[in-house]
Amino acid sequence: MLDVRDLTVHDGRSRVLVRGVSFRVGPGETVGLVGESGSGKSLTARALVSLLPQELRSGGSARLDDTELLGRKDLRGVRGHRVALLMQDPFTMLNPLATVGTHLVESLPGRADRVEVARRLAEVGIDDPAVAGRYPFQLSGGMRQRVALAAALAKDPGLLIADEPTTALDVTTQRDVLALLRRIQTERRMGLVLITHDLRVARQACDRVLVMYAGALVESARSADLDAPAHPYTAGLLRSVPSVTHRQPVLLGIPGSVPAAADVVDRCPFADRCGWAEPACTEHAPPLVDLGDRATACRRHGGIDLSPPELAEPDAEPVGDARATLLDVADLVKVYRSIGLRRTEHTALAGVSLHVGEGESLAVVGESGSGKTTLARAVLGLTDPTSGRITLGGLDVTSYRRLRSADRARARRLVQCVFQDPYSSLNPAHTVGYTLAESLRRRGEDLDVESEVDSLLDLVGLPASYAGRRPVALSGGQRQRVAIARALAVRPRLLVCDEPVAALDVSVQAQVLEVLRKANRELGIALLFITHDLAVARQVTDRMVVMHRGRIVEHGATADVLDAPTHPYTVRLVQSVPDAAPHTEGEAHVTQ
Amino acid sequence: MFVLAFLGKRVLAAAVTLLVTSFLVFSLLAASPGSPEQTLLGARQPTPELIAALRAQHRLDDPFPVRYWHWLSGVLELDFGRSVRSSREVVDILAERLDVTLWLGLYAFVLVLLVAVPAGLSAGIRRDTAWDRGVTVTALLGVSAPPFAVGLMLLSVFGVGLGWFPVFGAGSGFADRISHLTLPAVALAVAGVAIVARQTRAATMDVTAKDFITFAEARGLPRRVVLGRYALRNSALPVITSAGLVLAYSLTGAVLVESTFALPGLGSLLVESVSTKDIPVVQGLALLTAALVIGVNLIVDLCYLGLDPRVRHAGGV
Repeated sequence: MLDVRDLTVHDGRSRVLVRGVSFRVGPGETVGLVGESGSGKSLTARALVSLLPQELRSGGSARLDDTELLGRKDLRGVRGHRVALLMQDPFTMLNPLATVGTHLVESLPGRADRVEVARRLAEVGIDDPAVAGRYPFQLSGGMRQRVALAAALAKDPGLLIADEPTTALDVTTQRDVLALLRRIQTERRMGLVLITHDLRVARQACDRVLVMYAGALVESARSADLDAPAHPYTAGLLRSVPSVTHRQPVLLGIPGSVPAAADVVDRCPFADRCGWAEPACTEHAPPLVDLGDRATACRRHGGIDLSPPELAEPDAEPVGDARATLLDVADLVKVYRSIGLRRTEHTALAGVSLHVGEGESLAVVGESGSGKTTLARAVLGLTDPTSGRITLGGLDVTSYRRLRSADRARARRLVQCVFQDPYSSLNPAHTVGYTLAESLRRRGEDLDVESEVDSLLDLVGLPASYAGRRPVALSGGQRQRVAIARALAVRPRLLVCDEPVAALDVSVQAQVLEVLRKANRELGIALLFITHDLAVARQVTDRMVVMHRGRIVEHGATADVLDAPTHPYTVRLVQSVPDAAPHTEGEAHVTQ
Repeated sequence: MFVLAFLGKRVLAAAVTLLVTSFLVFSLLAASPGSPEQTLLGARQPTPELIAALRAQHRLDDPFPVRYWHWLSGVLELDFGRSVRSSREVVDILAERLDVTLWLGLYAFVLVLLVAVPAGLSAGIRRDTAWDRGVTVTALLGVSAPPFAVGLMLLSVFGVGLGWFPVFGAGSGFADRISHLTLPAVALAVAGVAIVARQTRAATMDVTAKDFITFAEARGLPRRVVLGRYALRNSALPVITSAGLVLAYSLTGAVLVESTFALPGLGSLLVESVSTKDIPVVQGLALLTAALVIGVNLIVDLCYLGLDPRVRHAGGV
């Protein structure tokens, strides 16, 4: 039904961004397009609906039944009618000034009445017809994504392209929306191209998975066959996904970072990070070789063994022992009051108590709105709690503002932080070396700054030459490692990490997590590790608290909480983790 | 319910602002150089009877707060006293002049909206094209051109040279007035067009980069819906804010244009009254100006309320 041949995307100066992508989608088939940032997966999607950014051009061919989609001047009757696009962020995708009903009525063909709007809402699982009168800002993220789906499907397109439709949602909602997409697609026998960075999501939801890397397709396989990948990059991706069921002794990532598509046009794009690369790999770009059910762009396929390495014995899960308490949070409450015409109160923390021992690592998990970030900010002294008490290293730090300046300086050296977004947490004007030296001087000892900078960089696995670079010359993972080095420079006893790998691609997550584990285990720095990702929490932390709406609903050893959750909310969280096994519906997997 | 509370609060705030202004305006008399009697006498012969009459009329023997209260209660009944120059009721003078100024200001404002919004919108959508650059450069010229210079140029080309429009006076009757006020309104509108067009362009560029526009296009919505319901409405808030400023300016700041075209409006009245120290008229003018600006702001707030459901439901942004 959709037949894409040799699709390319390039910018005005003919720098290649996507090169030679070919694939097919049949009616009722779900094809996953998987790749990390910079792989060109979103550009491929945009090209198919002719919505590339102004300065980009597409080439090649994409036929939907008998209609050519690329290079059309007139898209009437095609866009929305034949092929529709669902985007990532439900918070920005809908017109903030129009009601849900308006969105549907304007998208539906012909005259639409209330009954039809209600029917369309019911299709996406919204049974309350009153929702039609609501505005987007009155709805949750999951509801907005459902409304957007209903709007995208209003003209009954035969093909839906969904670009990371669940990435911005909480895990529990993510699962519901994926199931919904899947159900509607089956009911309508619609083609679905699901674009995602998450291999687990793609395997779970798709019949076939296409793996993209640096603008090119490197492997195409049925979901069921992905266990035995035929391209080293796919194998690397699979290895990089942390496990939620056991603690891995070593976290494996892929060394290096994704190159720009234009820099690897005439060679294997993955060769620089590949353990099996040989000189011939960089001589010319390997074509996608059809192997019947699958295809790979590795010229050494068949000759190398890509099966996952023998699983080393899982790490012994740590047992909780009595350690001196470093951080003690008692009955912390934080209420945000809005000032303005209509006063509102929002309770972010409703009485939270927890403690972190010296050298211990504690995970705080929860979805957005659970209060986990507010907790981190209170511990860091970035916000004053409404009531309760925070003690750090024997110092009452409930309110940093009320501390004497000597005590405040001491508290600030005791605790450091690593934030989520490595792109905005480093000052772009300073070199890495300058940033680290600045923190080192805060330690207040007489030390050889230069050699200390080198050893810090070594600690986080970066070459010493990086001291002369500015953040702009670093990848996301490298920036995050610099941010960690900066935090470690003052030798804190507690490191607060707020979603430290959430903004990173999965292949570089492992390197950052390894650095944090090292800081915890070898340097004995305690971690307060805030994350929504249970698998990541399992790899890094000893104990875990689960937060829900400002309260702690469950706590215990990380392994115990994840293996045998007791609170219904924790159970739901654990079940929502996309599992590594492929989904089992659809004809493609009958043979299993 | 919420809308009423919002309105109530805004009207209350407007009233408080006006009250503060009135106090400042009243202090003008006390603050002006020379004794109040001298000021109020103007060029009249200072006979003891007249001075006594003025003292009694303005209660100059009472303490300041009492005088203020007396004046304020008069103002509430639209009694601003009499002009020192002509001894006419200040209210009558203002009403006569306001007529011309309202016509001129609203005419200019309509011109601003008709030209600036489409120009800014189309420039914002066709970013970096020749059209966009043309609009941007013209807007820059418009902002920099002094209104009296534009006025003189218009006068010499369309008034004197081509003879299409009358060169002075305000005209009477609808058609005559429009023809008399066209050149002044254009001169007054030039700067406003430039400001509003630039705002509209910036707001449109901001909005067209948003996901909801892409998503609307991806659903195959017709172009007029995407431009109107999506782009225009979402860029309306900053545009309305700047349009409100321009309206307030057109109504109160037309002094130069009024003098260029010899129009008997509020601006020229202000110049005359200040130069002859006609304090009661200046007081009336100042209060009227403040009331106009506050009124325009109130209208802008109401537009926000009508346009943005988030303001309507959430109570402030």
